[in-house]
Amino acid sequence: MSKEYQFIDHTYDVVVIGAGGAGLRATLGMAALGLKTASLTKVFPTRSHTVSAQGGISAALNNMGDGDNWRFHMYDTVKGSDWLGDQDAIEYMCRNAIPAVIELEHMGVPFSRTEDGKIYQRTFGGQTLNYGESIAKRACAAADRTGHAILHTLYQQSLKHKAQFFNECFVLDLIMDGDGVCRGVIAWNLADGTLHRFAAHIVVLATGGYGRAYLSCTSAHTCTGDGNAMVLRAGLPLQDMEFVQFHPTGIYPAGCLMSEAARAEGGYLTNSVGEKFMERYAPHVKDLASRDVVSRAITIEINEGRGVGPLKDHVYLHIEHLDPKTIHERLPGITETARIFAGVDAAKEPIPVLPTVHYNMGGIPTNHLAEVVNPTDQNPEQVVPGLMAIGEGACVSVHGANRLGTNSLLDLIVFGRAAAYRANEIVSKEKIVKPLGAKDGEASIEKLDRLRNAKGSLKTAEIRLNMQRAMQTHCAVFRTQNYLEEGIKKIQSIMTSYQDIQLNDRSLIWNSDLVEALELENLLQQSFVTIHSALNRTESRGAHAREDFPERDDVKWMKHTNAKLQGNQVSFTYRPVHLYTLTSDVDVIPPQKRVY
Amino acid sequence: MVQLRLPPHSRVQKGKTYPSPSQGPRMKLFHVYRYDPESQENPRMDTYELNLDECGSMVLDALLKIKDEVDTTLTFRRSCREGVCGSCAMNINGTNTLACIKHIDECQDDIKITPLPHLYVVKDLVPDLSFAYSQYDSVQPWLQAADNPPPDKERLQSEEERAKLDGLWECVLCFCCTTSCPSYWWNGDRYLGPATLLQSYRWIADSRDEATGERLDALEDPFKLYRCHTIMNCTNTCPKGLNPAKAIGEIKKKMVERVV
Repeated sequence: MSKEYQFIDHTYDVVVIGAGGAGLRATLGMAALGLKTASLTKVFPTRSHTVSAQGGISAALNNMGDGDNWRFHMYDTVKGSDWLGDQDAIEYMCRNAIPAVIELEHMGVPFSRTEDGKIYQRTFGGQTLNYGESIAKRACAAADRTGHAILHTLYQQSLKHKAQFFNECFVLDLIMDGDGVCRGVIAWNLADGTLHRFAAHIVVLATGGYGRAYLSCTSAHTCTGDGNAMVLRAGLPLQDMEFVQFHPTGIYPAGCLMSEAARAEGGYLTNSVGEKFMERYAPHVKDLASRDVVSRAITIEINEGRGVGPLKDHVYLHIEHLDPKTIHERLPGITETARIFAGVDAAKEPIPVLPTVHYNMGGIPTNHLAEVVNPTDQNPEQVVPGLMAIGEGACVSVHGANRLGTNSLLDLIVFGRAAAYRANEIVSKEKIVKPLGAKDGEASIEKLDRLRNAKGSLKTAEIRLNMQRAMQTHCAVFRTQNYLEEGIKKIQSIMTSYQDIQLNDRSLIWNSDLVEALELENLLQQSFVTIHSALNRTESRGAHAREDFPERDDVKWMKHTNAKLQGNQVSFTYRPVHLYTLTSDVDVIPPQKRVY
Repeated sequence: MVQLRLPPHSRVQKGKTYPSPSQGPRMKLFHVYRYDPESQENPRMDTYELNLDECGSMVLDALLKIKDEVDTTLTFRRSCREGVCGSCAMNINGTNTLACIKHIDECQDDIKITPLPHLYVVKDLVPDLSFAYSQYDSVQPWLQAADNPPPDKERLQSEEERAKLDGLWECVLCFCCTTSCPSYWWNGDRYLGPATLLQSYRWIADSRDEATGERLDALEDPFKLYRCHTIMNCTNTCPKGLNPAKAIGEIKKKMVERVV
């Protein structure tokens, strides 16, 4: 390694990568338990994408007196997952939702309130009482800016507990030893260009999703799934990557999110003939069907020529009939977004929307304690020592084939909290953090140096756009074998073209040219695994809709895909779905046909 | 008369000009502040000509187009692109705002983009916000209450009490307001500035918080609070339409109330 690159070494009990909802909940929990905790984040914590979450966080608090119960929440989540979710983890999440959300209130989250002063709750897609009988109000909301309210509160609590932050610090790779144990990470501090190695008992990946693999997404520019790609490069698998959620209502054409809260408060969708078409697709719950169902319905309407606008390529979301007080108090954020991005006064006219990539159900496989697993033939639950994953980047799996709205914020909080408890148990048994080897991290620096001086002919943005177009065209709401195979060829040739990348910024201080090139490599690796996984799964389940295999196939496919990447080769193993619960307080929910 | 000028190494030079490869009816010039900390050169203003028919509608879209297609070394912060994360705060034609929600069409003539004023510049449009963040930390912006709430129940708060937080908790910490305040430019080392004071008042106004006395004590100082001279730049510039000046006024009122 050249003299230009010197490492600054650090030692911590725990290093948390990413400071969104999951990362911060873990960080503050660990700091409060007395663990020496460092938070490494490529953006200042309150810039993380959790800030954009709108509608709410689910917990069966029963504040609206509808008789809600965590068992109903569990049923809805299992059904929403199209029976691909692990039922032990779902039980854990739905049960712990109640204390975890109450804790958030105690920390100071400014939840909206009911008349009697409790946390306000509204309904969201897929939320029911008595196992599908009627609609439940389970989404705890802070207006339609719930993510902002929670993220800022968690950051404030992390300050209170004196957690150590390394902001605008880009993590390059995991440091794994020969025994498959994670020893730490290597990172690049943008502010001063220095390189750092962190040795720790535990590394927690809380790096979020990779929505930016697609052309049209609700995700922030920074949603590049860096942790997922680090895991692939460490030779570990990613799970269920074929399941990509399209949110039914991204604003047209910018893609910014129009929360499901709009439909929860009484909004509805119409096509070019003014028909409330969801009544045909989901006669029971209509516009409040689960997201995969609504996204497919909109796509069919547009494909059959009933889209609106000059190109007939989107539909309308109506909230103009709602009480202005409701719009003002419960939906101020999306009203503002509609005005700014579509030039529409949502209180008077419909909002143009279309399905937009929103969430990755797949990610780093973990158990319900947030420990990363690397399944072997002998043990499908084999834990990777020293490595945990939480949040959108993790696949616990509580969302299975399709996530329900408001279960994402919940996933962040419940498993961020679980990671803190588990880390405390593990660290208290360990003695000292083993020092890193002299050569640890060198390979990452060689790559960084090569890229920094890359003099090819293709700009990062050009390669990125090619990838985003290929994913949007070949791996979208509906999928077929021919189309996926063509897409794989395209992504493969785009990956080859990455060798010809051109960078112009040669500096180390805030070199965003280099950051974007590194993020692009991460996105390409995940795209490749995603599209391969989509071709591999020859059934339709949740968000994965194969036109050539339109039915769910429980005999062959009720199992998790685990995909590893070696060079240009994706290889698959499978992990059984957990059709068992953690306790005897609830019964397993056996597979049924999924109808809304 | 005394001539006030920037020190020699900070004076902004004329930079490069990048003409647009395509022409159309809607052409626009963007003058963008550039500074490379690893070179020995002064900051400069580069000029980029863009064809707006090939560009998104926001100023951030223009910056992204420049970075993606024209000059990949241009450096700025960005993330959510929908006005909620606060990353892309910068000065656009003399006003601090978020580039992602600033329409290009709202700007007459050329567009001039510089970093948030009166902060150290790390690179191009990226200012050093670490001191502003530490000021935010200094007001202990978290819920403080002596009694432990019941472990299995939320604290109760009426709808009216909760409504008092509206206009306060939505702050995205972009510091557009703080860096638009002449009083902060002058005394930013000791005056907390409008963003931090808004956050301080967010907790004073929260019915669940019991540390109002301590919070006011901590602000009782000639600089931290009282360097606000109701200039109102903060409120005029806030891209989220919040009113930090009013929050500061409310804190001052509380200060008076507790002595009379």
